[in-house]
Amino acid sequence: MSANPAAITTIQGRAIPLPGNDIDTDRIIPARYLRSVTFEGLGTEVFKDERFNDDGSKTDHPFNDAKYEGAAILIAGRNFGCGSSREHAPQAIMRFGIKAIIGESFAEIFAGNCTSIGIPLCTTDEATIAGLHKLVQSDPQVEFTIDLEAKTVSYRDKTISIDMNPAARTALLAGTWNTLDELLQNEAAIEEVHRRLPSFV
Amino acid sequence: MGKNLFNKVWDLHKVASLSETRDQLFIALHLVHEVTSPQAFQALRERGLKIKYPERVVSTVDHIVPTQDQLIRPYRDDLAEQMLQAIEQNTKDFGLRFFGLDSDSQGIVHIIGPENGFTQPGITIACGDSHTSTHGAFGAIAFGIGTSQVRDVLATQTLAFERLKVRKIDLTGTRPRGIYAKDLIIKIIAELGVRGGLGYAYEFAGPVIHALSMEERMTVCNMAIEGGARAGYVNPDQITFDYLEGRPFSPKGAKFAEAVAHWKSMASDPDADYDDVYTLDVTSMSPMVTWGITPGQAIAVDQTMPVIAELDEADVEITEKAYEHMGFEEGGKIEGKKIDVAFIGSCTNGRISDFRAAAEVVKGRKVASHVTALAVPGSRKVKQQAEAEGLDKIFTEAGFQWRQAGCSMCLAMNPDKLTGRQLSASSSNRNFIGRQGTPKGRTLLMSPAMVAAAAVEGAVADVRNFI
Repeated sequence: MSANPAAITTIQGRAIPLPGNDIDTDRIIPARYLRSVTFEGLGTEVFKDERFNDDGSKTDHPFNDAKYEGAAILIAGRNFGCGSSREHAPQAIMRFGIKAIIGESFAEIFAGNCTSIGIPLCTTDEATIAGLHKLVQSDPQVEFTIDLEAKTVSYRDKTISIDMNPAARTALLAGTWNTLDELLQNEAAIEEVHRRLPSFV
Repeated sequence: MGKNLFNKVWDLHKVASLSETRDQLFIALHLVHEVTSPQAFQALRERGLKIKYPERVVSTVDHIVPTQDQLIRPYRDDLAEQMLQAIEQNTKDFGLRFFGLDSDSQGIVHIIGPENGFTQPGITIACGDSHTSTHGAFGAIAFGIGTSQVRDVLATQTLAFERLKVRKIDLTGTRPRGIYAKDLIIKIIAELGVRGGLGYAYEFAGPVIHALSMEERMTVCNMAIEGGARAGYVNPDQITFDYLEGRPFSPKGAKFAEAVAHWKSMASDPDADYDDVYTLDVTSMSPMVTWGITPGQAIAVDQTMPVIAELDEADVEITEKAYEHMGFEEGGKIEGKKIDVAFIGSCTNGRISDFRAAAEVVKGRKVASHVTALAVPGSRKVKQQAEAEGLDKIFTEAGFQWRQAGCSMCLAMNPDKLTGRQLSASSSNRNFIGRQGTPKGRTLLMSPAMVAAAAVEGAVADVRNFI
């Protein structure tokens, strides 16, 4: 629909299920990995403390499970990404290979961070999420297609409708999710607001 | 129908509509720290962009700085040293106001903003830190943002943002003895849940809130985000104006009177419209303690922990996970749980009134021999003030370590960390798994006075028996 190369209209791929509610960004990326001036390398540290035991051996965390390797869609639970505002959390998820997240709900700062790096977030009800978790656990090879325009997720012969934050969806479809260019416009209006507010000189 | 403060501030700061629901919002004050900014400065360099309004940016270092030997450089942690050098260089290259290690005003970003008078009523404030909601105590609309948005604010002083709904939280009744601001906000989160605030800003209101000092209001607003609300605020009143008068960056002289008139006009109208109203009578409250792995898993210190069979289905999984991590018995008591570490500090409770309240409990008593106890002022000014009042002596004589200003053990990005499965009584804001520096570490959130009582008792204790 759009000529903008940054436009995101569909996401396709296999999924990785991550059941559980209120998964906070400290769990997604522990604070010690924030001691860096870049986001590079975060993909291997995602969920680090949940993926490894004290002796360094791997746990049965889905992000360790070979059968989900190469998944592009994360299926999370409720209030995913709560807590710290660290963009490192969606950056780590994205750098692991995830291109979209389906969940029951998302914490707001996390959601804003996802949009600003081009990760679509889709929401649906608890029962549908539980069904998707089961489906992928039993058949990790299922291919999903998220259609942002139609607000649907399709897999096998099924199509279910999903919700998206309208502003995020608009920005993703238009390719304006990287907000900087858009915000650099309106200079006169910015200056006007600046002048009418108290300053701190 | 009148307007609430949130919408008045929004309308005053709105630059343009970007889409049907998304506005370009001007940010009057941008607070910057070392952890969430380096990638943003780098993005500006790559695009050849400047800081739009450097006078609207205030920066400091807090998260990674050690609280011992803070001035001895380079730091032993190479990564921390690199991050510190990055913000020193970035603030220099881009010409920003920087309260670094050579400044008497260095400290936790959410403590130095208010104490220097930057945080003012009726403005928007953003910072790459979720606890930016703290500044709402002044009647500002303040929220945490990610690094891409830090970049946006540096380059344009604006954000692409959606208006939030507003829930008024009316606290009524009389605050009992031994109930602190921390207890109030933990109780609200326990009642409304950690996702109860999704989509909302919380307006904290009612007689109990307006009787609080500014520092207490900051504690309440600080943890709005733990209830899922991106912003929380209190309408400005005389207590707000009295706090601001004479601060280094507050308006002076005739301008102060003008400012007060403006600030008053920004408060919610008496007939303001709200998307939701919640009322809580605090008269029969007991001190609150979290027992689990979310700030909403909290009970009164004299209550027992939940029985899973009695919970809503949606809470079962996280409750099971909490019991598994904490190693507590379902339905058991929290009072009397032996602690290993006591931590007083953080942007939630690292202000002078917090140390006064804790010192009142600690004075003339000793920290239990098995407890490591840290008192970490939130800023250098708090530290100076506490020392002028002799509070540091009270803490050290009792067996607390008296440290230098920083975030310390709240998030363990610096040498202050739990080890192994230690159980920590903490005045900070998050009891998430791994939050205090070790994957197996365990955190109980409570008021600073309750932490002090736990330190002395060597176990979770009811502060009402100590004051």
